[in-house]
Amino acid sequence: MAIIEVSGLRKVYGGRTVVDDVSFTVAEGEIFGILGPNGAGKTTTVECIEGLRVPDGGTVRVGGLDPVGDHDRVTQILGSQLQESELQPKLTVREALELYAACYPRPADWRALAGRLGLAEHLSARFGRLSGGQKQRLFIALALIGSPRVVVLDELTTALDPRARRDTWQLIEEVRAAGVTVLLVTHFMEEAQRLCDRIAVIDRGRVAALDTPAGLIGRSAQSVVVSFTPSAPLDPAELAALPGLGSVAPAGGRGGGEAEGRLEIRGTDATVDAVISLLARHRITAHRLRVGDATLDDAFLDLTELTAPTPQEA
Amino acid sequence: MSANLAVLKTEARLFRREPGTLFWVGLFPAVLLGILGMIPSFREADPSLGGRRAVDLYVPVVLLVAMIMAGIQAMPPLLTGYRERGILRRMSTTPVRPGALLGAQITLHGAAALGSAVLALAVGRLAFEVRLPRQLLGYALALVLTLGSALALGCVLCSVARTAKVAQVLGTAVFFPSMFTAGVWAPVQSMPETLQHIVQLLPFGAGSQALSQAAAGDWPDWPHLAVTAVWALVLGWGAKRAFRWE
Repeated sequence: MAIIEVSGLRKVYGGRTVVDDVSFTVAEGEIFGILGPNGAGKTTTVECIEGLRVPDGGTVRVGGLDPVGDHDRVTQILGSQLQESELQPKLTVREALELYAACYPRPADWRALAGRLGLAEHLSARFGRLSGGQKQRLFIALALIGSPRVVVLDELTTALDPRARRDTWQLIEEVRAAGVTVLLVTHFMEEAQRLCDRIAVIDRGRVAALDTPAGLIGRSAQSVVVSFTPSAPLDPAELAALPGLGSVAPAGGRGGGEAEGRLEIRGTDATVDAVISLLARHRITAHRLRVGDATLDDAFLDLTELTAPTPQEA
Repeated sequence: MSANLAVLKTEARLFRREPGTLFWVGLFPAVLLGILGMIPSFREADPSLGGRRAVDLYVPVVLLVAMIMAGIQAMPPLLTGYRERGILRRMSTTPVRPGALLGAQITLHGAAALGSAVLALAVGRLAFEVRLPRQLLGYALALVLTLGSALALGCVLCSVARTAKVAQVLGTAVFFPSMFTAGVWAPVQSMPETLQHIVQLLPFGAGSQALSQAAAGDWPDWPHLAVTAVWALVLGWGAKRAFRWE
């Protein structure tokens, strides 16, 4: 069953359309990602879901309710972590948890939540003195404190170091395991690829693609990457004629001389087959051969490039 | 209801963690009265003031100072900061309206100004034998109405200012005229008559006249009370209209 339904959402700021005909549904129990470059309209979209902004067109439903008209009831089933919001600097962690617990009719046990989020030793620390990671954990706790059915996490890990980011990912998986639907806004491909069941790629206010991470990667023209250092130079014309070829480029050599002449070829499985037979035909050895799947990163660039040159018709 | 109470309790704790506000709102008015009262000539009856002493006239003045400190100096940067830092937005994603935070802070600043007024009255009575207001009800009414206009003026600053810094600058710009019309440099009652007529059309000038009359035992003139009430309503309405939640 869909817990969030967005259909034909449109939002205009001062004559500029920042969200244009965005539609998607989030099923209960899912981790749904909204991925896109900065300024693509991701935050505006979730702010409409949170009821913080009034859409200029289309409809948004959370648990069947209108986030603007039924704001009170929506806030009881939707927990939010906002991008760039703070708490009162002199508020302690304990006071913040107690205050926000008091805001809800059926709050979760804040002590248990603090324990789970590693905040138990920081209860008497003031918000202004917390580290970036501690603040984010507190915000996750506050998003969960009303026992919501769905949480919106907007750019949760942007300010975190890699270790804290990985810890947060584990937390998000635990949140979902506890039965809470997660709507995750991010511009980190790795994060979306690792966590999300499905992803909506938003680019310049529109949904450029909506699929599973594997589906998005597969849909891209260049889903396989093969790289190697040939024992003898290859004919550029023959390389250019490879079937399903995405691109051929000298691989970025970090090891100095060793990487000289190293190639990186992007394409489909057919491209890889053709490369192998090409090498065999010329009796060229491929040193340090690597074949890998393209990441969501590649797929994302591909998808957003498709719409890049001119604004297209829908 | 209990949620709004929890907001009020939490904000009261935070209020107690602001030493600057506690001093300037809570203590400074009484300290100022103490300093003025130590000037010997201020404790002598002055025929030009209708036989009253300067220190008698300064008691209502320092009460107005408490209101100005609370409403114009302390409150606007704080509330603007709540908006600027996204604290109001964070609250609006819960079933509690962010207005609860504003309401709590307005209530607390008002309560602090009233507490400070009581302290200043006690200092005046105990240290300088200033008589407690003889028309108590009229005094209280004038106090509450003037406080209302001070808080409403602070809310206007908060609505107009985009950032806490701007709110502070605007607060300071409004601060000095307010202190003047409250009679800090010269009590309203000792101002030249023409100036008095102008000043008593402003909230603190009118408040000063009303408090002074009630202190002497008379019911404050209705025009003075009306001036403070109208200012409170107009400023409050303007603040509400101009207020932006983000």
